[in-house]
Amino acid sequence: MTISTAPVQVGAEIPPAEPPAGRNRLFAWLIVVAGVVYFLLPLVTTGYWSLRAVKDTLGFEAYRRVFADPAFVESFSESVVNAIAAIILSLLIIVPTAYWVTLRLPRLRPVVEFITLLPFVIPAVVLVFGLIRMYGRPPLLLTRTYDSSRVLLVCAYAALSFPYMYRSVDNGLRAMDVRTLTEAAQSLGASWVTILRKVIFPNLRVALLSGALLTFAIVIGELTVALFLAQHTFGPFMANLTRSKVYEPAAMALVAFAITWAAMGLIAFLTRPRQKVAR
Amino acid sequence: MGGAQSKRRLGPPRTRLFSWLGVLPFFLFSAAFLIGPAVILFYRSLEDPEGGFTLQFWGQLTSDTVMRAYGISVRLSLTTALLGGVFGFLLAWAVSLGALPRAVRSALTTFSGVASNFAGVPLAAAFIFTLGRVGAITALFELLGVDLYRSGFSLYSFWGLVLVYLYFQFPLMVLVMLPGLDGLKREWREAAENLGATPRQYWRKVALPVLMPSILGTMILLFGNAFGAHATAYALTGGLLPLATLLIGQQISGDVLNNPGLGYAVAVGMVMIMAIAIGIYSVLQRRSERWLG
Repeated sequence: MTISTAPVQVGAEIPPAEPPAGRNRLFAWLIVVAGVVYFLLPLVTTGYWSLRAVKDTLGFEAYRRVFADPAFVESFSESVVNAIAAIILSLLIIVPTAYWVTLRLPRLRPVVEFITLLPFVIPAVVLVFGLIRMYGRPPLLLTRTYDSSRVLLVCAYAALSFPYMYRSVDNGLRAMDVRTLTEAAQSLGASWVTILRKVIFPNLRVALLSGALLTFAIVIGELTVALFLAQHTFGPFMANLTRSKVYEPAAMALVAFAITWAAMGLIAFLTRPRQKVAR
Repeated sequence: MGGAQSKRRLGPPRTRLFSWLGVLPFFLFSAAFLIGPAVILFYRSLEDPEGGFTLQFWGQLTSDTVMRAYGISVRLSLTTALLGGVFGFLLAWAVSLGALPRAVRSALTTFSGVASNFAGVPLAAAFIFTLGRVGAITALFELLGVDLYRSGFSLYSFWGLVLVYLYFQFPLMVLVMLPGLDGLKREWREAAENLGATPRQYWRKVALPVLMPSILGTMILLFGNAFGAHATAYALTGGLLPLATLLIGQQISGDVLNNPGLGYAVAVGMVMIMAIAIGIYSVLQRRSERWLG
């Protein structure tokens, strides 16, 4: 899988450096303009192509065709369900683990951190290779039916989300006083389940949401694992479309870009630096 | 009631078992869906067809097909790590300078977050529409009398892939370097200036040495990022360019190497290279935190 990072707003309180010399400023602008051109050019040309489905006019015909395609609706909704399932699975595993490690087993932290980084070390194509070899033969045989392969896919996605989910949750836990909150809840007679559900989860809301959104952005159009597990999800659908159609893939690519953009924008909004002074 | 409550106490865990129970699902799940699959591949790469132990498949990694695939993958990853690293650093430097409007900075940060996650099919498609055989820029060059594809360029070649990979490579560099550049303390510059250093001397003797572990480490991260990428290359070339990840993909669908054992060894070799890259990255990142943390 590709390594990705959520945009983090850093250094909002850092005072700007003293105004740099004119030559530096010019050079800085040049670099930024070059970057913006390289960033935007593929998007602009793709946008242009996506509007040209009807000869000699610009219009949204390609988008209409994509959204009306039953294969799109099916594959996309299947991917959404897979993504949500993977997010829930990942949350259920990571949140108690991160909480436990912070509170009771700090000695385990390096081990847990190491394991959550493994998806960076094991590329998706190798992971799915291993999964197929591990579960594709008796006694497990999880790759025999479409649905059991789908279970495998969701588990793989949950595993691939570990680096983002763990880091996000861990940052969230560091930002609050887990020990005091837990002690306070316990002295009021709360059970472990109640503490997790009513104290820890609500305080982690932003962290959990960022982790979930990042996972969603990565998983929704994922190709490699889905391809080799023969799943009819959004990623393979886009790959087929790119090979078989002319204008629709352009519309599709922009839709996928908009989804990623929405997820990242939401994360940036959720994690924006808060004003400390009351207004 | 009271007894039950006093059992739920913090501090030293009452029973070892209970405190391990909380992390058990994590370890079981990781073993089943992360570590297990990798270990299986490793085990199979050392097993001969009769079930005995063999190193022959590891020896066969030096065969032409495999070396070619690894070679192109390494070259592609090095090239995009270097270009993406240099340009990403310059871009991060440009916005950290403070000469540009604040809006540029936050727009760039968000955009980098999007672009570093924008890999796979849509990215490949976007570049096909731009620089493919009938892409808009290709057409533009044709209007100017230059036939890009006649003059040796192809999006489906090594350099084409470099251009596409850079789209997710240098935003990642920007995202990792920006906090580092912000971590440069004002006092350092002031101290250097008070001692009579020119801006150039400040960068060469103070800022760059402090940033160097982070720069190198992030470039190695970029290397791993490109080395393990499969979807973008698959969507773009469909397997024309023999990258290591594409070779593994083909080996999954059918035994293209005519040698399953070798296929396992190729996959495990890939994991080892990634492990070295990520290992160096985390060591360097930890070192740079000493100054910039």
